Amino acid sequence: MQMQRLLLSTYFLFSPERRTANMAASGGRTVGSFLWKCGNCCFNFNTVSSNLTRQVLSRQLCVSAVLHRKNLAAAGPEKFSEEFIKKQVEEFNIGKRHLANMMGEDPETFTQGDINRSIAYLFPSGLFDKKAKPLMKHPDEDTFTKALAVEKHQDRLRGKDLFTQDAKQISLVGSRWLLKEELEELLVETISEHDYARFIQLMERLLSLPYCSVEEDFVQRYRRQLEIQSSKQQVQPLQYDQHGVAYSTGDGRRKTATGTVLLRDSGSGSISINGTNYVHYFPVLQDREQLMFPLHFMGVLGRFDMQCSVSGGGHSSQAGALRLAISRAMLSFLSEGQVETMRQAGLLTPDPRIKERKKPGQEGARRKFTWKKR
Amino acid sequence: MLYTCLLPACQSEQHLGQYYTVPPSHFHTVFPHGLPPRYQQQVKTFNEGCVMVRQPALELISHLKRADYSKPTLRYLLYGVKGSGKTMSLCHTVHYCSTQGWLVLHIPDAHLWVKNCKELLPSSYHASRFDQPIQASNWLRNFRTTNEHFLSKIKLRQRYVWTKRESTEEGRPLGELVDMGVSRVKSSSDVVGAVLKELRLQAGGTEGGFRLAVAVDGVNGLWGRTTLKKEDKSPVAPEELTLVHNLRKMINNDWCGGAVIATLSQTGSLYAPSSAYLPQELLGEEGFDSMDPFVPVPVSLYSEKEFESCYLYYLDRHWLQHPHSQTEEGKKELIFLSNRNPSVLERLCAFL
Repeated sequence: MQMQRLLLSTYFLFSPERRTANMAASGGRTVGSFLWKCGNCCFNFNTVSSNLTRQVLSRQLCVSAVLHRKNLAAAGPEKFSEEFIKKQVEEFNIGKRHLANMMGEDPETFTQGDINRSIAYLFPSGLFDKKAKPLMKHPDEDTFTKALAVEKHQDRLRGKDLFTQDAKQISLVGSRWLLKEELEELLVETISEHDYARFIQLMERLLSLPYCSVEEDFVQRYRRQLEIQSSKQQVQPLQYDQHGVAYSTGDGRRKTATGTVLLRDSGSGSISINGTNYVHYFPVLQDREQLMFPLHFMGVLGRFDMQCSVSGGGHSSQAGALRLAISRAMLSFLSEGQVETMRQAGLLTPDPRIKERKKPGQEGARRKFTWKKR
Repeated sequence: MLYTCLLPACQSEQHLGQYYTVPPSHFHTVFPHGLPPRYQQQVKTFNEGCVMVRQPALELISHLKRADYSKPTLRYLLYGVKGSGKTMSLCHTVHYCSTQGWLVLHIPDAHLWVKNCKELLPSSYHASRFDQPIQASNWLRNFRTTNEHFLSKIKLRQRYVWTKRESTEEGRPLGELVDMGVSRVKSSSDVVGAVLKELRLQAGGTEGGFRLAVAVDGVNGLWGRTTLKKEDKSPVAPEELTLVHNLRKMINNDWCGGAVIATLSQTGSLYAPSSAYLPQELLGEEGFDSMDPFVPVPVSLYSEKEFESCYLYYLDRHWLQHPHSQTEEGKKELIFLSNRNPSVLERLCAFL
């Protein structure tokens, strides 16, 4: 309804008797500021339009409407106080008179029924719901009662000292909404995708409202905890051989190459792969860097002796397999926090990339045959 | 103490790990062809040639100092994994020999004589053998540069006839023979053979005696197979090459008054697996039998001290530019990545 009042005013602005004035003072001078509040539409209409008549001959200033907008966000939420309601009533009356003027009727004897008819004439609506059609009513009837009641209730609670601010928030960290399958299982009925999307939408909406912590149990029923990733790693205990030297084994795989590593403590940093020295087994620097990465990351370069065996794949994949094996073997020597850092560095994740299948009609996995125009 | 000014003759165990500079004047005379190519580049970059004093070279030099030169020649064999510094130790010893006034016969790489030869001429001297004129003339040129002062002193003891019109008389200086070999490329291989024979005969001699050092790099090439083929596509055995034949005669210990220092090399060797580095594997049956008995000198990777010294040398020369390489962490990384292998370390530092 208020929106229609705005439209009315703008129409009024451009009405014939004001048009000349407006042309002289066109530009974004008017149409003051708006304030939308969820649930209740109300706005402040700056009666700048009346200024126009006075400043007809003033020079047109190129001032944008933005500057005239009051910084209402700083003013705080609108309070439904008595003056506010009085102002709204005044505006309604003025608007009623303008409407009567427009329809060419007498402003003094303009009844509510006349208002309704004129609105229906000026803004024909194809909507079926009566409540959705544009209307213009006196503010006292049914507009602010709900908001006033809420405010009265809040004041009463404040008086009794029961009005607590909404400080408690539901913690959503580390949990996720139920999946569609899990929801179906819970409700024992099939749900379509749209329904599921709508459900998630509504739950999010619920969480965005104030005092949602009251319904925390209800919300948590539809959420599942996420497991912490690092606790999935199985760290094997250290084994000791006959001299009391600690050792551990690890194995890793990468793209058809498998490698096993026997890591011994208190060594000198010597590595033997399949019986030969690693400098001779991996002449390429890149492969040796791959081997070095887990040790260097943890800063234990010269500490361990390694005996590795590897087979399958090419030199790069063998190096990758050994790197994974070394990282896994090192887990038993490290503390929890270090294990977590290793996991986040990606040292413990096996590389899932495999050679892609060659498709028929193409030369390789992606490469197509040469295209000949004719 | 990173640097020592002593020449090889005066170095001892206390100088292990230190670098000594080869005087620039010696460089072109002593090492026209013997140094590893990467080391030559390094010399050019740093504008000086610094060699690290290491255990194998010192051992060799001490053997040479104490050997009895009236007995048949001792043969020393340097062996080790690829890149551990065999050629450098050989060059160190050669430098010692030349400072002591020996006559140095330095064959930079015997493998060069058994592969990649463009011209194979049938030998004029011996019907079944083959000549390699280019290699022979190259070697003679370098030999001339190395041993300038000996060439006029040594006199030939035999008359050599090259063609119907050419011959070299008895009593002529060796230099003339060498010059002839360099100019007459066709008979250069035979000239090489003649030179070697003369030197063998005169090395232990009492009158005007000089010590002869035969330094052969990649000696396992003399007994393996060759990649050369005759015109009918049948492979050439090493014995059928004049140069190889004569060199083998030198390496035999039937002469006295010098020493034979040899290195095994897998890098240039033909048909040998890359993991082989022991004498038995690389020399083969035949080679091992002919080299037997020899004094094996193992060349190992850098020890802690030596690695430290090399690292400090590179830092000193501002070769390691990356700021991380100057930290302890960087040093550990270098140790790991190169496993203290000298050549690997050198290649690694080249782009830091």
